[in-house]
Amino acid sequence: MSVCEKALVGGRRYWAWIGALLAVILVGVLFYLRQLHVGLGITGLSRDVTWGLYIAQFTFLVGVAASAVVVVLPYYLHDYHAFAKITILGELLAMSAVVMSLLFIFVDMGQPERALNVILYPTPTSIMFWDMISLGGYLVLNAVIAGLTLGAERRGVAPPRWLRPIVVLSIPWAVSIHTVTAFLYSGLPGRHLWLTALLAPRFLASAFASGPALLILLAMIVRRLASFDPGREAIQKLSVIVTYTMVVNVFFVLMEVFTVFYSGIPEPMAHFEFLFVGLEGHAPLVPWMWASMALAVISLVLLLTPRYRTDERTLAAACGMVFASVWIDKGLGLIVGGFVPSPLGDVTRYVPTLPEISITLAIWAVGVLLVTLLCKIALAVRGEPAGA
Amino acid sequence: MSLDRRAFLGVAGLSALAVAGTRSLDALTRRGRAEGASEARAATRWAMVVDPGKCRKDDGCTGCIAACDRAHNVPHFSERAHEVKWIWREPFDRAFPDHGGSLPEDAARSQSVPVLCNHCDNPPCVRVCPVQATWKRADGIVMMDYHRCIGCRYCMAACPYGARSFNWLDPRPRIKEPNPEFPTRTKGVVEKCNFCEERLALGRPPACVEACTEGALVFGNLKDPRSEVRRLLRSRHALRRKPELGTGPNVYYLV
Repeated sequence: MSVCEKALVGGRRYWAWIGALLAVILVGVLFYLRQLHVGLGITGLSRDVTWGLYIAQFTFLVGVAASAVVVVLPYYLHDYHAFAKITILGELLAMSAVVMSLLFIFVDMGQPERALNVILYPTPTSIMFWDMISLGGYLVLNAVIAGLTLGAERRGVAPPRWLRPIVVLSIPWAVSIHTVTAFLYSGLPGRHLWLTALLAPRFLASAFASGPALLILLAMIVRRLASFDPGREAIQKLSVIVTYTMVVNVFFVLMEVFTVFYSGIPEPMAHFEFLFVGLEGHAPLVPWMWASMALAVISLVLLLTPRYRTDERTLAAACGMVFASVWIDKGLGLIVGGFVPSPLGDVTRYVPTLPEISITLAIWAVGVLLVTLLCKIALAVRGEPAGA
Repeated sequence: MSLDRRAFLGVAGLSALAVAGTRSLDALTRRGRAEGASEARAATRWAMVVDPGKCRKDDGCTGCIAACDRAHNVPHFSERAHEVKWIWREPFDRAFPDHGGSLPEDAARSQSVPVLCNHCDNPPCVRVCPVQATWKRADGIVMMDYHRCIGCRYCMAACPYGARSFNWLDPRPRIKEPNPEFPTRTKGVVEKCNFCEERLALGRPPACVEACTEGALVFGNLKDPRSEVRRLLRSRHALRRKPELGTGPNVYYLV
């Protein structure tokens, strides 16, 4: 039996879950066909807010993908054995996140049938070209590492020796994918929310908080559904990592706020005002941004208190809040907020439409489906009774 | 030779990578296109000088805009979100946010100036385009290839002047009188002012310049010391939009 066929073995609950995900995907595909036919005019985007939900999800998910490095590095480079079981989950999550981010780029294109022009006319001056190289490379690296590690385990032998340099390469590569993604924005003149050298460090900090938070939640779910235990020590160690990175993330945001408001330069201030208090009577993101702040503060209280961090129920709640806080900040505020006000001072309303939201949900469902199938295969290979 | 499924997939994947890799290397080493034409154009640097004092905006004149829209099949979308614009009017304080404060507020708002692509010396839109669908010609014109554009809109994020428009919907039904001399665009691509390169090739001035009866728009070669644009810039003080960004606009506004 091929390894892939292990994804086809499961109980009724497993198939109901797969069926539900496929239904969400189908709805999104139908709306996408509509978008292909009519044009991107069926989204809430406009000549002022030219990127929205799709590109914001892309940005957020590249961070999730990059964050696998926080388990890969300790496990492979420092032989930290507590991460032995959770590392494979991290790699599979990273692969799924890369696929999702590539899909989000694809659905955002006005002429998707010309996508291969990026390869036919490679343009090193464009950060988007480098983003494609770094994301594609990262997907291949993770697929090779996870595939060979699992394959060797299945045959009960050690992974080939030449895999190690590839693993080592994947570590700076993970950092590069999110750095390059930040460069997409931080190098544009006249977009003052993004025009800051702190953008790439901020991206990395928020990614290394939200990604491992998601990984902790995934580990808890897998443990319950598949009787595969990544280990309490692994989860606890990850929670310490999430605590530090979330502190650094909030610190970076406060640095930005100080520089922008103490200098008093109008252009960057206008973006922050739009996000946090509203501008010219437009305040669509204000409740979201304050929710993000509140979730960040509450999650930090929980994470910084050892009693709550070591209790897995409060830890799970804290991880959910970290994830939600960063998702709002990056998956909503950062991209839309960068376009309002426009270079000519327009404050334009952007509200995602039903087709746009359905397509977004479908791509998330593709990611969840991938995580499910890949975990199913990996856990079956590990010889654990992969139930559910 | 026997291949199992895994080996077949492996070989197929590597072959695809190899093909893509050679195409990319090939394209990277390819020389710039139309080099002969570039040499002839190197002695030219097209620029526009706008004299807002001569512009008859008060009586609602839109001659330059209408001429441009007609010449280039610019579609008309009533909803602001989907607007396509090559040349349009902006209040002074929006076109020049750094100078808006130097005028009394009512003056800054009531005075409007025509704005268009600045055909920058150092265009951020060209730098960011991942497929070279927009590029700078030796004579300074920032060109667009509507057939190569993938519609990623990175150029729109990069342009600090809002000079680029995206076709959110099919533009063809929204063109009033199609001009068969100029291509129409499809949905999903970006477009902008091209300094009427199709007319310059025939030795004619840009459509907006020709349409302006007041002589508020002057077009010419900055590299020619005897040109009208050089004469105007020598004799009068002129502003460029957001010079602090280092883009080097080639549209000047006399003050």
